Amino acid sequence: MSIEALTRAKSILGDAVLSTHSYRGDDTLVVDATKIFDVMKTLRDDPELAMTMLVDLTAVDYLGREPRFEVVYHLRSFKSGARLRVKAPVAEPEDGSNPSIDSIDSLWASANWNEREVWDLYGIKFRGHPDLRRILMYEEFVGHPLRKDYPKEKRQPLVRRPPDEV
Amino acid sequence: MAETKKMVLGIQDVEDLADDEVDPMPTEPMTLNMGPSHPAMHGTVRIILTVEGETVKDADVQVGYLHRCFEKESEHATYTQVFPYTDRLNYVSPMLNNVGYALAVEKLLDIVEKVPERAQYIRVIVGELSRIADHLTCMSAGAMELGAMTIYFWGIKAREWIWELLEELSGARMTHSYVRVGGLAYDLTPDFIPKVRALFPKINTVLKDIEDSLYENRIFRDRMDGTGMITQERALSYGWTGPTLRSTGIDYDVRKAHPYLVYDRFDFDVPVGSKGDNFDRYIVRMEEARQSIRILEQAFDQIPEGPVCLDDPRIILPPKPAVYNTIEGMISHFKIIVDGVKVPPGEIYSYTEGGNGELGFYIVSDGTGRPYKCRVRGPCFIITSALSEMIVNRPIADIVPTFDMMNMIGGECDR
Repeated sequence: MSIEALTRAKSILGDAVLSTHSYRGDDTLVVDATKIFDVMKTLRDDPELAMTMLVDLTAVDYLGREPRFEVVYHLRSFKSGARLRVKAPVAEPEDGSNPSIDSIDSLWASANWNEREVWDLYGIKFRGHPDLRRILMYEEFVGHPLRKDYPKEKRQPLVRRPPDEV
Repeated sequence: MAETKKMVLGIQDVEDLADDEVDPMPTEPMTLNMGPSHPAMHGTVRIILTVEGETVKDADVQVGYLHRCFEKESEHATYTQVFPYTDRLNYVSPMLNNVGYALAVEKLLDIVEKVPERAQYIRVIVGELSRIADHLTCMSAGAMELGAMTIYFWGIKAREWIWELLEELSGARMTHSYVRVGGLAYDLTPDFIPKVRALFPKINTVLKDIEDSLYENRIFRDRMDGTGMITQERALSYGWTGPTLRSTGIDYDVRKAHPYLVYDRFDFDVPVGSKGDNFDRYIVRMEEARQSIRILEQAFDQIPEGPVCLDDPRIILPPKPAVYNTIEGMISHFKIIVDGVKVPPGEIYSYTEGGNGELGFYIVSDGTGRPYKCRVRGPCFIITSALSEMIVNRPIADIVPTFDMMNMIGGECDR
């Protein structure tokens, strides 16, 4: 069923698609992270695909691989029931600052909290997000705990810090 | 003799007062903290409210007080060791999480179809029992927070009957860890099915009692009807699933839309609401509990005999006599416990219908016995993100029923 969705998505997205694959019935599009907003908008607004719902938004840290991060979106169409996974590889800038990608908060309301969660746990910045704060961890927390280079046993005391140091 | 002083109390002429200018109550925005230790916030959510008089002008919903690093812990545990963590996601219906996670790992192993039929039926049975418990909790706690304490005791009593049976089955009242990759920890106890059957009339009576006490109750209806309204478009945009989405009239139920296990063999209805208000969410849950009983009755009639675990020594632990008496059995046991079940590299997203909606697991495997990433899409987290929008410009009193009918479960929301 959803192979058709994949073919359709490939044909309307053109060169924004880097590669596609299907594994265990899950169809995946790997797309250019710089075009993510247009890609998602096209997938949502295309009358045939009509990916109505952003089911999930998360990220994966492939430490040691280039590009290091992948932001993963799961979509579902309420018209056909088809599902698509969209992955956008995001590289870590060479100066060690946080990687960034465009926010899709204006397309789906569910992106708001999910993007905050990804920022909180992975340290990926979403450009254009209206309220990019930590959500699960506390404000004073330093670092991004789901990164593979954050040790599991590391402990942090809860210390109040002046806002500019956070 | 002094003249008696005439003392007149009260207003002499009401007409006189009508001309007086009455200043409106001075209101200025006030910031209030609701929670995290507010009794109606379930101890895990904090809402920073800006109120003007009785009206909420702004609300900042803050979650995360129950964050237990589910993902980080899972990345360091073997696939089997993640089961106890899934118990603690939606701790009101742990069986549904167990089943959802097992199905996700099985999808990655490509053995979903090979799991014995009896195991699939038992997974449906324990899952639907949990769903009834989940809905009972939501309905009774919701009524209690509007003042109906009796309803709470009725509902929780019925939930306890279910949990007692699940305790008999798994050894734990709430944290069952009953499901395994490729099957179940053990078969049903011999008199489990008759005991559950005997429970149905009692649960039906409780549901009927709750319905009779609340549906015509003026206080209850005043606070539930037309409060916490959401449109279909907004609900879809927020990514709502489960009873909350169905209250708006969209009949999306994973069990019907993408049948898993043996759900395609049962005849059941998907109840939907019409307005998307709190009362609709209440009646949808009530009806779903009844539909779950329908599914259970059919499952009891259809359940076949047979093994409850896949016959594959790479996935399932060998029987104990083999572990204690043969070297092969012991090595096999040792390898599965220490290294974990070897899962081929790849990534999958598997979804089931949890108590509150689509419970998804996104697992990335690098070919070892531990997940490289194990993300859970908790339906509560996504539903709670809409709370702020739903309570703004509404009275403070609407917060409690709206929040209750979302059935926010801290364990699943904060993970």
